[in-house]
Amino acid sequence: MTNSKKLEVGQVLITRDVDFTRDSLVRYAGASGDFNQIHYRDDVAARVGLPGVLAHGMLTMGTAISPLVEWLGDPARLLSYGVRFTKPIVVPADGAVAVHIEAVVGAVDEEAGTARIDLKVSVEGEMVLGKAQAVIQI
Amino acid sequence: MVSESIVGKTYKTAKSYLVGREKLIEFAKAIHSTNPALLDADAAQAAGLDDVVGPATFSVVMQQQVLNQFLADPDVGIDFANVVHGEQKFEYLRQVKAGDLLDAVLTVNSYKAVGTNVMLGAETVITSGGEPVITATSMLFVRNES
Repeated sequence: MTNSKKLEVGQVLITRDVDFTRDSLVRYAGASGDFNQIHYRDDVAARVGLPGVLAHGMLTMGTAISPLVEWLGDPARLLSYGVRFTKPIVVPADGAVAVHIEAVVGAVDEEAGTARIDLKVSVEGEMVLGKAQAVIQI
Repeated sequence: MVSESIVGKTYKTAKSYLVGREKLIEFAKAIHSTNPALLDADAAQAAGLDDVVGPATFSVVMQQQVLNQFLADPDVGIDFANVVHGEQKFEYLRQVKAGDLLDAVLTVNSYKAVGTNVMLGAETVITSGGEPVITATSMLFVRNES
């Protein structure tokens, strides 16, 4: 059930599009316990000088890795995962923001039995995460 | 204003956190997972797991608990609305699963003033019965500090 054979650098393993709505942010706030009001209140976001209500960075990080974990089959094959939050995702009170996710093989270490998977996560063609990298067991 | 004197401070969960199956499923749904092994115990067992396991970023629930203590510390003096997440990394030693009793300790390990912002580095070690499960490292931007 696991996908592991013949990973080649540059190979695109997965692409997925996910819609973020204000509802997604409220749901994530409840699930995670992160009730920072900048993620659901327009007035608070404006008071601290933000361009609007922002998606939790951790919502983007969690959503970005989900398809790769599913692809791996055994979730224990994920050894480490890190990201930089380079561009906040502004989520309007109504409507949806389309988040595009691609998982690409960045490096393969046959000796260690690991591979680095680069996650390319973008909104309207602009990357929202930097250095989003997962190390997996091959 | 947050000062450099907070480097080295630690915050730990007051009580162990009991991981519940439904909480893991709620979290998996919130991060748009479509993975049956994370969303349904029967599917997880069919896939050879004991039960649903924690999504890759689930331990942020533990990190959030100790972060809340940090933010509530009168010596720290940060308005959460001014906190923006800069970087996050997880190192996985084993899977989180339903029934685990988890503890977390957050240590503030770096401070850097950059213009009107402060960059704080923190490491959160999550353990179960004293055994390490996940190490989470974070960089937070505290905005509007001057």
